[in-house]
Amino acid sequence: MNPSTVKLKVSVAPHIRSVDNISRIMYSVIAALMLPLVGAIYFYGWCALWLTLSGIVGAVLAELIVNLIQRKFTITDGSAIITGMLVAFNVPPGAPWWLPFAGSIFAILVAKAPFGGLGYNILNPALAGRAFLMASWPNFMTKGWLAPIRPAGSTVSGVATITTATPLGVAKLQPKLASMLNTPAALKAMFIGNVGGVVGETSALLILVAALPLMFKKYIDWRIPVFYIGTVFALTGILYELGVTPLSPFAHVLAGGLFLGAFFMATDMVTSPVTRKGKIIFAIGCGIITVAIRIWGGYPEGVSYSILLMNIVTPLIDRKVRPRRFGT
Amino acid sequence: MKLKRVTFQGGVRVPEHKELTEDKPIEVLPEPELAIIPLSQHTGKFANPTVKPGDRVKIGTKIGELQGFISANVHSSIAGKVVKIDEYPHPVGTTVPAVFIENDGSGETEEFTPKDWDALSPQEIIETIKEAGIVGLGGAAFPTHVKLSPPPEKRFHSMILNGAECEPYLTIDYRLMVEHAKEILEGGAIIRKALGAKTAYIGIEDNKPEAIEQMMKLAPEYDFEVVVLRTKYPQGSEKQLIKAITGKEVPSGGLPMDVGVYVQNVGTAYAIYEVFSKGKPLYERGVTVTGKVKEPKNLLVRIGTPVKKLIEAAGGYSEPPGKLIIGGPMMGISQYTEDIPVVKGTTGIVVQSAAEVTLPLDLPCIRCGFCVDVCPMGLVPTLVADYVRVNDIDAAEEWGIMDCMECGSCAYVCPAKRNLVHYIKLGKTIIMKRRK
Repeated sequence: MNPSTVKLKVSVAPHIRSVDNISRIMYSVIAALMLPLVGAIYFYGWCALWLTLSGIVGAVLAELIVNLIQRKFTITDGSAIITGMLVAFNVPPGAPWWLPFAGSIFAILVAKAPFGGLGYNILNPALAGRAFLMASWPNFMTKGWLAPIRPAGSTVSGVATITTATPLGVAKLQPKLASMLNTPAALKAMFIGNVGGVVGETSALLILVAALPLMFKKYIDWRIPVFYIGTVFALTGILYELGVTPLSPFAHVLAGGLFLGAFFMATDMVTSPVTRKGKIIFAIGCGIITVAIRIWGGYPEGVSYSILLMNIVTPLIDRKVRPRRFGT
Repeated sequence: MKLKRVTFQGGVRVPEHKELTEDKPIEVLPEPELAIIPLSQHTGKFANPTVKPGDRVKIGTKIGELQGFISANVHSSIAGKVVKIDEYPHPVGTTVPAVFIENDGSGETEEFTPKDWDALSPQEIIETIKEAGIVGLGGAAFPTHVKLSPPPEKRFHSMILNGAECEPYLTIDYRLMVEHAKEILEGGAIIRKALGAKTAYIGIEDNKPEAIEQMMKLAPEYDFEVVVLRTKYPQGSEKQLIKAITGKEVPSGGLPMDVGVYVQNVGTAYAIYEVFSKGKPLYERGVTVTGKVKEPKNLLVRIGTPVKKLIEAAGGYSEPPGKLIIGGPMMGISQYTEDIPVVKGTTGIVVQSAAEVTLPLDLPCIRCGFCVDVCPMGLVPTLVADYVRVNDIDAAEEWGIMDCMECGSCAYVCPAKRNLVHYIKLGKTIIMKRRK
């Protein structure tokens, strides 16, 4: 018998793979983030788009520099674009154009690349970028709130009086005015997004709609936003009843960056735990820290720092929280 | 009829592609001119050759005698002359001694004497199965007589006939169940008598309604219960099947006998039926030939037939081939040559075109946790693989690497296309070597 001459490839099983891959996940997230971006442009004007583009250019440029140094080609995986978008989503709409650019450069060059690039970073790069901006240019990061260019009308007078501040800023600095935020009209404005805030956090509704298909595809795990927001709701509910916070739990949930953080930043795969149980613990931790910072901390908002702190705890959670092994 | 469907934790839904061959009745492939019959087609020790070059053998002549506790007899699949006994490539990737038999075209068989299993004791049944060289035909090829003889302190109270056939593409078990339901059940009844098992089930995935219907009709006669399983990979894995049907979990590091449940593939039950009803030793088996071949089909093939002949019988490649997989695409072994012979454990041949071939990229883990969600054994595959990668074998063991059955669900879903199964296999091999 003559030996066959057909050339065959050999590798370890499995010989079929699912269609999901890293760039597919990343570009799906980018596509989803377009919705809050469109919302931001609608509510704050074109400045939202320029800031976002500045963030993306900064992140991609930084990733390119890292690629050139490491002679490794990762720029097309899409992760840098997400980082850039999220950094921009975390600055006030009235910020100078270079602010997200600088934040993105820091995110990639300091928080991501030195740790080994995508998959190895401990902190969410975008949030690390935001923390860097908070520390370096606190003025730009805490002022420059734009009144939404869509007048809310007389029905939402409560919010209209405070349009050039964020709802949580009001609650912190002028607690007497805060009760206005608990009205259904104000809550509706916050849900729709017609209030002051950073570029990407404004509309809870758009974030929710953007996140739904991703949750369906399991590109973001539903447990994290559900347990995160649930924890914030439960804790602020108790504290509101005790008179510790002037804001109702509904206002706490809808105000600020909780939706953006819970759906798009805490769910970052790289920096959250790998097990389902671990994700739930992580999300509850984020909720507790967020509430603590909002109510007792020095900042009006605590979402980004709470996620960063839980990012640090993630390796510990992954070590301690194991799934139940079959037959044990 | 609304059926209750049972299943297990984890697992993946995989495109099935069973439509290629599920409606193709099993065809008999003509005998090969040259049969190359490896002396190791089973888990355990090689069989000792009992023939030498120049000997004449008939169909069913024993050519290899089992040696040691875990081993199995090997029989000739054609009549003719032994030309040589030599090392030859085996589907598992190594080379093993094989008996080369040239067909003389006479088709002469040994005298097969049927046995009335009802009149035999369990021990005699097991002896007969041992003599016939029966091994598990689901792919693992574990000698059946060994599996049927647990240590005296272990008892089997239940048995399950495994008709899950959860591997994509493969349909040979399905065709057997449709065409030979009665014979499979009778084979099951023989196993049941050998075990003394009280309850008997046959588990079938719900993507095989015709097989379920057939079995539903005939099962009561043999006092078997048909259990419909949700179609999900790896439903056919012993531990997952036992869990789905009986609710029992085989303890970590343990065997099905630890929970008193015996699992046997339906193809094996059919082979056992043939041992008793016809006196036939195991020298042929059903094989699905599918994927990128012109006419995918189910074939009844003599052991030792070169795979090339099966591809030819299926009309040849329909596209330039990239991978030739023995077994299913999830756990099968990709071959470097089409000259390897069909062995007792060959369930199917899946041809992938060059364009379909996916080689592992092994990108960095993005910690999505998909592998954790799908692992049917409750492991953290990404971490276990990483421990092996950095050569921390103790940590890998601590995280349960030995529980892995290499089903490949983790690697299937991995968006970074990591080589997870490869690392885990490597780690297990290192640990097994250490234990010796």
